Amino acid sequence: MPITKLKSKNLLGLEGMSKQEINFILDTTVSFKEILERPIRKVPTLRGVTVVNLFYEASTRTRISFELAEKRLSADLVNFSTNTSSVQKGETLKDTVKNIEAMKIDMVVVRHSVPGAPHFIANCVDSSIINAGDGAHEHPTQALLDLFTLKEKYKNLEGLRVVIVGDILHSRVARSNIWGFSAMGAEVAVCGPTTLMPVEMEKMGVEVFSDLDKALERRDVVMALRIQLERQKGGLLPSLREYTNLFGITREKLKRLNKNFTIMHPGPINRGIEITPEVADGPYSVILDQVTNGVAIRMAILYLLSGGEKKVE
Amino acid sequence: MSKEDYDLIIAGGKVIDPASSVNKLADIYIKGKKISKIETKNLIDQKKLKFSKDDRIIDASSKIVTPGLIDMHTHLREPGREDEETIYTGSQAATAGGFTSICCMPNTEPPIDDQESVNFVYEKARKALCKVFCIGAVTKDLKGEELTEMADLKEAGAVAVTDDGMPVSNPRIMRNALDYTKMLDLPVISHCEDLNLSSGGVINEGYISTLLGLTGIPSLAEEIMVSRDIRLAEYTGGRIHIAHVSTKGSVELIRAAKKKGIKITCEATPHHFSLTDEIIKTFNTNARVNPPLRTQRDVEEIKKGLRDGTIDCIATDHAPHSIEEKDVEFSVAPPGMVGLETALGLVVTELINKKVLSWEEAIAKMTINPARILDLNLGKIEKDGPADLTIIDPKFTWTVDTSKFKSKSKNSPFQGTELTGKAWMTIVGGKIVYKL
Repeated sequence: MPITKLKSKNLLGLEGMSKQEINFILDTTVSFKEILERPIRKVPTLRGVTVVNLFYEASTRTRISFELAEKRLSADLVNFSTNTSSVQKGETLKDTVKNIEAMKIDMVVVRHSVPGAPHFIANCVDSSIINAGDGAHEHPTQALLDLFTLKEKYKNLEGLRVVIVGDILHSRVARSNIWGFSAMGAEVAVCGPTTLMPVEMEKMGVEVFSDLDKALERRDVVMALRIQLERQKGGLLPSLREYTNLFGITREKLKRLNKNFTIMHPGPINRGIEITPEVADGPYSVILDQVTNGVAIRMAILYLLSGGEKKVE
Repeated sequence: MSKEDYDLIIAGGKVIDPASSVNKLADIYIKGKKISKIETKNLIDQKKLKFSKDDRIIDASSKIVTPGLIDMHTHLREPGREDEETIYTGSQAATAGGFTSICCMPNTEPPIDDQESVNFVYEKARKALCKVFCIGAVTKDLKGEELTEMADLKEAGAVAVTDDGMPVSNPRIMRNALDYTKMLDLPVISHCEDLNLSSGGVINEGYISTLLGLTGIPSLAEEIMVSRDIRLAEYTGGRIHIAHVSTKGSVELIRAAKKKGIKITCEATPHHFSLTDEIIKTFNTNARVNPPLRTQRDVEEIKKGLRDGTIDCIATDHAPHSIEEKDVEFSVAPPGMVGLETALGLVVTELINKKVLSWEEAIAKMTINPARILDLNLGKIEKDGPADLTIIDPKFTWTVDTSKFKSKSKNSPFQGTELTGKAWMTIVGGKIVYKL
């Protein structure tokens, strides 16, 4: 039976989400992407729906992407961003969200540095919660937009050979993508310095590499992750220079890939560190398509979680 | 025996006293604060027991009577966090859980690191429902820098020293503590955690931490310190007791050390033999504890260590936290869980009923073994000995409901768990302080 609505009123992560449900989201996204290509890029679909963007961690791309998605759908939106986590004294996260909900809202988009914070919020309030990234746990809308971008190119993701390269330990993008790709039937590998590889990673159903050349062998998709300078201070990496030497995606490396390969990056890019500019900007790169599709995916998610049975005009 | 010869008789119960290897039906006569007679031959007739109008005779048939249980690892939060627990409410929780003696850890605010603070605890403990023993700090203000006045602490009644929760990182200080306590014959209790290795960690490092993106605490953080402490104990000849052993590697290290004849003892908590990190998948902050819940493989080894005697004691590490403190994001919640009221049920359900330990073995780990480590003249049933007794209903099946806890705090991951076995009556110094 075809799905007509999502199982949960929240989008907290992709772990456990079925291929059928993911395809339903991706199919719904097609019509929203079409809206973005119209001369007047706005529809009244979410008129009267109030969304709060709760950002406890700095974000440019994801926050703007959600905001645009909300505006394109005519939702009312409020932004709340702070760099102070609730570890500091003051109001607890629970009190904050309960107070916001008391002002009569419908949905909360939350970004937080602590894994499970959106799940915690979902237990505190009745509104729909969308996880916009929780620590190193999940970033489901990012993974969905990655899947959408690849589906536009390959139609079917079954058997697609994907490798995610970089700081897997701290990456929510990696985790959500592993669940998403695996659900779609792709073969997923991860590659990175052994100090940035979480323990028992294989149990997530992925192949694990620390040799980039081997990891790239006959791959269709390479996703490079942002490497952060703080990792050097934390004693996890000797230097970014050495990271680049070992794990930087250069044109030379691309020879190992299958024909018709794709280069992805969730952003923001450290040009010349995890990826060379010529690769990031090459014809096989879909990095900017990912950004465009991010708005469409978030429109689809907002629409589906707000009830989502009304036809898109 | 005339009526005047007793104040209480615990009649018809199966008496299990590991210290004297007794495991048979007996009537225990109590006079004042002491046990006056243990009658194993002329038991009070069953019929007489059923219809007796003498309310000093307790019908304990189908129950198990043991020496009063001793918890050697309890956090009572007084002074400083009386909103979470006080010495009095902790003693209510203890007696409801079958404990007649508890030993409070020094990490209060301020910490118990001098004679005055030990005196404060004993003063408060006079009103408690059970016996409370004080464990003093190893270093002043738990800072790991200067030794406390341990002779003073002992004189005031401290039964051991520890910086529990704040491990003594500097091996030189730990060495000195082990050397110094030798002349006082005080055991040093060590919370084994290398703070560099555990830095930032909130759960066990393993598949679950990988899955959830939470920073892990490797088992190594504990084992490196267990190794260190074994070497220190061997070198100094001091008495070391390893608190809350949580990993397979730690059990193996301690087993080998005991084989070598090193003076080392250890304890395991009910949560470390009952739960794994799997339950954290829902981000339940009540499952955040330090050392963290580990894996099935660690649980199995702890059970093996309990069985082969490597692990001497079962201790609760009862750590009350307020609802507000736990009702937050996972990594923000403080580690710790209450345990006094679930410990016995978990021992019966997870160890005795699953044939990991016999009744005698399990009770020894909650009575005579901790008593011996702390030099307490308790944990046994003997004529003229203190009338501290726990009467257990071994078949009683109940569901953990934290709202019914006597403890001020409700932070238990066992909420809703069905357990078998519960304290039916707790007697401290001849006085009934709890009845189910």
